[in-house]
Amino acid sequence: MEIFKYKKPLSLMSKSKRFGLLSVAVLIMALGLIFTKGFNYGIDFAGGTLIQVQYEGKAPLDKVRQAIDSDKAYEGATVTFFGGEDEVVIKTKMSSKKLGEDVGDKIRTLLKDTGKFEVRRVDMVGAKVGSELREQGIMSMLLAILGILIYVSFRFEWRFAVASVLALVHDVTIAMGMIVLFNVEVNLDILAALLTILGYSLNDTIIVFDRIREGIRNIKDPDLGAIIDESVSRTLSRTTLTSLTTFFVVLTLYLFGGEIINGFSFTLLVGVVVGTYSSIFVASPILMWLGFSVSGFREKEATKLKREKEKEKMRAMYENGTI
Amino acid sequence: MKTLNFRVILFAFALIFGIVFSIPSLTQSDEGKKITLGLDLQGGLHMLLGIKSEVAIESRIKSMAASVKYIFDDEEIIFDELRMVDAEKITFELLDGDDVIKVKALLKKEIEGTVLSENGLKFSLQMTAEEVERTKQNAISQAVDTIRTRLDSFGLAEPTVAKQGEDKILVEVPGIKTQADEQRIRELIARAAHLQLMAVDEDRIARVSTMSIQEAKSFGDVILTDVNTPEKYLLRAIPVLDGSMLTDAKVGFDENNQPVINFTLNGQGAKIFGDFTGKYVGKRMAVVLDNKVYSAPNINERIGGGRVQISGRFELAEAHDLAIALRSGALLAPVYVMEKRSVGPSLGADSIRSSSIALMLGFALVVIFMLIYYGMAGVIANVALIGNLFLILAIMSLFGATLTLPGMAGIVLTVGMAVDANVIINERIRELLHEGKSIGKSIEDGYSNAFTAIWDANVTTLIAATVLYAYGTGAIKGFALTMTIGILASMLTAIVGTHGIYQWILPKIDKKKLGFWFGIKQEGAK
Repeated sequence: MEIFKYKKPLSLMSKSKRFGLLSVAVLIMALGLIFTKGFNYGIDFAGGTLIQVQYEGKAPLDKVRQAIDSDKAYEGATVTFFGGEDEVVIKTKMSSKKLGEDVGDKIRTLLKDTGKFEVRRVDMVGAKVGSELREQGIMSMLLAILGILIYVSFRFEWRFAVASVLALVHDVTIAMGMIVLFNVEVNLDILAALLTILGYSLNDTIIVFDRIREGIRNIKDPDLGAIIDESVSRTLSRTTLTSLTTFFVVLTLYLFGGEIINGFSFTLLVGVVVGTYSSIFVASPILMWLGFSVSGFREKEATKLKREKEKEKMRAMYENGTI
Repeated sequence: MKTLNFRVILFAFALIFGIVFSIPSLTQSDEGKKITLGLDLQGGLHMLLGIKSEVAIESRIKSMAASVKYIFDDEEIIFDELRMVDAEKITFELLDGDDVIKVKALLKKEIEGTVLSENGLKFSLQMTAEEVERTKQNAISQAVDTIRTRLDSFGLAEPTVAKQGEDKILVEVPGIKTQADEQRIRELIARAAHLQLMAVDEDRIARVSTMSIQEAKSFGDVILTDVNTPEKYLLRAIPVLDGSMLTDAKVGFDENNQPVINFTLNGQGAKIFGDFTGKYVGKRMAVVLDNKVYSAPNINERIGGGRVQISGRFELAEAHDLAIALRSGALLAPVYVMEKRSVGPSLGADSIRSSSIALMLGFALVVIFMLIYYGMAGVIANVALIGNLFLILAIMSLFGATLTLPGMAGIVLTVGMAVDANVIINERIRELLHEGKSIGKSIEDGYSNAFTAIWDANVTTLIAATVLYAYGTGAIKGFALTMTIGILASMLTAIVGTHGIYQWILPKIDKKKLGFWFGIKQEGAK
């Protein structure tokens, strides 16, 4: 079976301004959401306690709320269904430093008369740990980006590095915007998902860039736009297919993986779609806007090659005893 | 005609290795190394504890004060005003100027990590900065050891206790069945088990009900309450001796068949205890545990042998846990909870079930897609994918790695990404076939053309995964780990393995059946 058969290059670069505008518009909306509405931080980053309770039969939501409100300390606690209707999740900002006193135990006592239930999970994170985790999260993002910048500059050229990093900032920002839009609770697993998007989006972009690098060496036409069009078109099949397989897999994770990793798989779903879009339509035009010059790159490569050849010649001469 | 080649042999070895070493994990047999399930999958208690190291410093200076007093009494040096000024300093005043040289020499010899400064006959003994730091570090490592000993003697399977970062302690206890057990474990860990034998201030105790804490302090006393009743005691702040001199603690029964704890002191402790009881016959001595008075019996005679009993209307289980805590020694500094996650066994089982379903479904979708889209080339990619899964399991088993729920997600994701290498390679091969190259040439060039792209893409993903591993905690680390192993394994299976299979079966590939072999229409191929 063949869906994307390469016949002639698509003219993408001539439309690059349109895609650029679309991306900028979505980016602005995403940033607007992030800065106005803000993230819905879960207990991992904000501190607090989460209690997951499973009832035999349908959970009596109102009774649970009443029972919890009866203690002043838990004012503002939220009670919601989790997954099915037999499970509820109670979230409160309270946490306890003392090992003997446990917020989970207290809630259990409060719920005593609400029916037959089993406490299945109690997560408690102190406020200080939460802020530490948040700092660590931001640090890890920056470190990953820095590592990638260095590696790509080394393997390609600095403009490739900047373009790929801009593309992945684009993807991660839009994914964050979607997280805010759909009110996904931000916990450690969302951070892991964002870092995965970072790796995934880059993976896609690198494969396109690899083809461009090859194109610069092999295609006679020194017009960067034409080279990009051909390279992107030739990798289009792969980009879409891999995205499809990954999308399938993440979709099964989203649909069947259980409530706990729902936020994680949602974030990945967004990331796969945006990452695919950006590696086809966004990353390469950035390369052009950064003023990448094909002839310049070729000259550099040629001098590099020449230098290496000269070195080899010298070595050969040295080994032959002529020097 | 070449039949076998080193690539396919290498792949076969990897496959056999993968299958053999993943068997213990898949069958969950008792023999062989296998993957441990994370607490989120098997249920259990995960805690990150902080430590109040300032308390350890304070009690260090307290015990220094006790030593100073003991030495001075022993050497018959007359002194006054022995006080703890703050958490790192004690002061005292000598009454006889002739003792100064002797005192300096004694303190230098007997008490380490302090600086002695003098002002006339007034002296102050200050802990050095190094000693403060050493005491902090000591408190943490002692807490780790103590908690480990306590959990081990409680009789639970494989608890983990480890220092994390500078000043945190990670405690992981799998396999807790009920909430009551969890609470007992938490209390056992938290128990400071700080045992002190303290003299009752008989001269002033009559006024204890009206005395303020400040006033008591000015006399060098503390006010503590009884463990069961609201009765108050006025006690000398510097204890006679503490739990560090204890060698054993056991549950016993008193004459009323009530559980009590009998403990034995070491040689030095027995001597101090003997001397003290000999000197203060007719007065009372309080047995204090974690700042609660358990009993304050009258001293009828000198007590030798160093055997002491604590009675306090205990429940049997409580006495049992308390004896463990006393045996394991006191925590030099109290610990507190920074993070606590507990998962019930039923939730863990649910998580395993749902993520396994996702893994199998995702896997099936990818396998079917590859088969339909690429024909035999897809089958070859699928063989590599299966090999990849086994390799991940085998490597994780050999390292005894922990599989968490995000780790399962990592494996699911790896399935999606591992076929990527084969998609890239197959697309390259098809391209070359369309250009009219021979099958052998298309395969060889396809692999070499695809290699740099796969390499660069994998290395960048590895960079992200490594950062995630270094900065992540707990379950997130598991995700980064399975991703990393998955990527590395896919380099072997998807690149080397499939290449080997192509080279092996090349003579059998019919160039008239490109549709069957590579999923493309017959056209330009020669």
